[in-house]
This record gives sequence, C-alpha cells and structure tokens, in this order.
Amino acid sequence: MNEISQAFGVAGAMIFGLDAKLIEIVLLSVRVSIVAVVIASIIGLPLGAAIAVGRFPGRQALIVVLNALMGLPPVVVGLVVYLLLSRAGPLGEFGILFTPSAMVVAQTILIVPIVAALSRQVIEDAWQEYREQLRSLGAGLMTSALTLLWDTRFSLVTIVLAGFGRAAAEVGAVMIVGGNIDGVTRVMTTAIALETSKGDLPLALGLGVILLTLVLVLNAMAYWVKEAAQRRYG
Amino acid sequence: MLPQLLQEVSFAVNGRTIIDRLSVEIAAGPRTVILGPNGAGKSVLMRLCHGLLKPTAGVIAWRGPTNGGLRQAMVFQRPVMLRRSALANVIYGMRLAGITPGECEMRARDVLEAVGLLHLSARPARMLSGGEQQRVALARAWALNPEVMFLDEPTANLDPGATRDIENIITQIHASGTKIIMSTHNLGQARRLADEILFLHQGRLVERAPVEPFFRHPGSAEAASFIRDEIP
Repeated sequence: MNEISQAFGVAGAMIFGLDAKLIEIVLLSVRVSIVAVVIASIIGLPLGAAIAVGRFPGRQALIVVLNALMGLPPVVVGLVVYLLLSRAGPLGEFGILFTPSAMVVAQTILIVPIVAALSRQVIEDAWQEYREQLRSLGAGLMTSALTLLWDTRFSLVTIVLAGFGRAAAEVGAVMIVGGNIDGVTRVMTTAIALETSKGDLPLALGLGVILLTLVLVLNAMAYWVKEAAQRRYG
Repeated sequence: MLPQLLQEVSFAVNGRTIIDRLSVEIAAGPRTVILGPNGAGKSVLMRLCHGLLKPTAGVIAWRGPTNGGLRQAMVFQRPVMLRRSALANVIYGMRLAGITPGECEMRARDVLEAVGLLHLSARPARMLSGGEQQRVALARAWALNPEVMFLDEPTANLDPGATRDIENIITQIHASGTKIIMSTHNLGQARRLADEILFLHQGRLVERAPVEPFFRHPGSAEAASFIRDEIP
C-alpha cells in the first residue's frame, strides 16, 4: 500500500514537473492518434454518408459488417498489419514496420469502421427527415450527402472524438506493429504495459493518469460540443 | 408547364390502393384546393403531382412548355429546416436551382421581408417557432419563383395566429403569379383560400367544383357528409 502511494507521489511529480521522457511518450501517442483519426475521418465520414443515402445491392450486408468491425480485436488488426508490412509481406518494401507510420496504419484500420458505422447511423436518421425536402429542391444524392454531412456536423464531431479515444487507448495493435521501441514507437499504452511488468510503477501510473484524463477530457468535449450546438442550432 | 394532366393515375403500396384511377387536368390561374378527410390520399396526390412519387399506373404530364426545367416547389406539413440560418435556408434552395450567389442573397432578403421574417434572417432556422419555420419554408419555395407551388397541409400543425399568417402569405404568393395547389382537411381554410375544390375520398376524385357552389350544393353524398360534419 505504501509503495503504491509512493508511486502516486512520484507520478504526480513527473506530471507536474513535465518529465521529459513522459512528455515525449505522451506527444508521440497524441501525434499518432491524431494522424490516424484524421485519415480515418477522411475515409469514414464520406463512406458513412454514401452508405446512408445510397441504395445498392449488398447495402444491408455492408452495414452489418461495418457494425461488426467496430468490435475488431486490436491484436488481430496488429497481426494483419504486421503481416502486410513485414519484410516478406506485400507492403514490406515500404519498410515502415516498427515506425510510427505503421502504428498510424493500424489505428486507422481500427477506427475507420467506428467512424463509418456511427456516422452512417446519424446521417441516415437525418436523411429520413430531409429526404423529401432535399429531393423537392432538386438535390441529387451527392449534394444530399454533402448537405447531411454538414448538417450533422456536431454529432459527427463527437463520433470523431470517440474514434480518437479508441485509438489513443488501444494497446494490442500498436504494440505488435510499433514494437514499443524506446524513443521511437513507445506510446502511453505500450509504456504502461511495459513499465508495469518491469515494476516501474511511477511512470506507468503517471501515464495512466494522463491517459485517463485525456479520455475524460475528450468525452467532456464531445458532450459539450453537442450540448452547445443543440442549444444554438436546434 | 401548366396545365398538368393526370390520366387514370393510380398509386398502390403493398397491394393497398391509395390513389385510385384519378384523372384530372389542373390549369393555370385559380387556387386549387385538394379537400378531403384524413386518409383520402391528399398528401400522396400532392407528391405524385410534384414528382416525389411515381404512379404505379397512369400518366402524369405537364402539357405546357417547360423550357428545359420545371419551375415548381413544394411546402410540406412539417417544415424541414437545415441547421443554418433562416437566410441560408432560403439561399440553399436557390443555389441548387443554379442562381448566382449575389442574386441569391438579394432575392432571399426580399422574400424573407415579404414573409415578415427579415429581422430573424440571421437566426438558426431550427430555433424559430413552428409558424416561423413554416414561413421560412414558404420563403424558400417562393424564392425559386416557381410557376406552381404545392402546399401539403401547410398549417396542420399550427395555431390560429400562425395559420392566418401562412394563409396571408399564400394569398400574396398567388397574387405574384404563382399557381397554388394546396391540400387541406380544414373547411374554413378551403373557403378562405380556394378558387376551386378537388374533393378526394378514399383515393378517388369524387367532385370538382368552384368553391362557392361546392359549399352551397355539394354534388356528391361524400362531400355533403364531409361538410355537414364540420365542427363549428
């Protein structure tokens, strides 16, 4: 018990003392997850909108698959990306295994389904309401999709933030494809796993506190954005 | 565009007939009110005429010259407001119609002024009251300067004050040269706004008459019964 409270003390000192190593790990985490969530949004939001307004064969199957993919086990994604990027793999020539780029790839694959599936739901709900009016005004499917993306923008922000939270908190995939190399691919979650197994509790705890805070702040932001938008735009 | 001709038009969903072999020609000029009880098929008929639904049998055609585009607009029972300002809602429809941004802004302000909402033009449209939202919807349709405007029970969800505002605006729109085709189940509204009545009952056009004779001597038992059941 004493050891743990001591560890908390050291962790606090590291956080408030802006410990260089801790900062480095946090910044890499945030950088990787931001790039991943940006790419995932560029792919996932239009995909969600297209599935929401489109009518094509296999649409329902696609929705089911997309929903299922939201629960993708990160270690499986890590394994697949590892195989793709390894020397002998089809994308081995890029040589990005065990770099932050590989972690971005893995996290992007993890959160594209989340962004696409959740935005599809939100946009389709809005589409039900808007469809006749938009058609009456002469909007085609493309214009309708763009209009809906813009009109549901506040809900979509919360979805993107949820994706970021998932990316930043995930450990299995980035561990496998990043390799948890000190100073290169060590992020918050992999560092926590390593330091805990080494028995270096202060760093693990410090990172844990920051990770929790980050997730909490993201959720607060998501809630606040939606509330504020609801009050302002209805 | 006008006149619009409907020939033996039917519309069925899952084997249930909603519009039943309806034939009519709607000409330019008078305000046409489609009257009938709930479930008579008024809303479906409006959507067929506007082109939102395709008839399962029969033909709907514009008999007049269209000059490359249909100048028509529709106002729905529930106004659908986009999450942007009232002004931007009006401009949205005009941009889709291919009107240049500069012209949009000017014309949008004009129509918002005409519906008495210029002072609220910067407000988020969804934060307006139901009556104000419907006025924005009317402005959005009017801004397109349509030859025909369809209105599907535009006041069904509104209180008497808001209803009066909407009726006044519809009168103005008609005076500006737009053909009005409107559905309602409200007899008072039909008396106030209609020049001619199309009486719909169970998906069939039972009677067509100018408003005065229709209310004085309805030519069908269904219409007579519908008028008699009015709650004063």
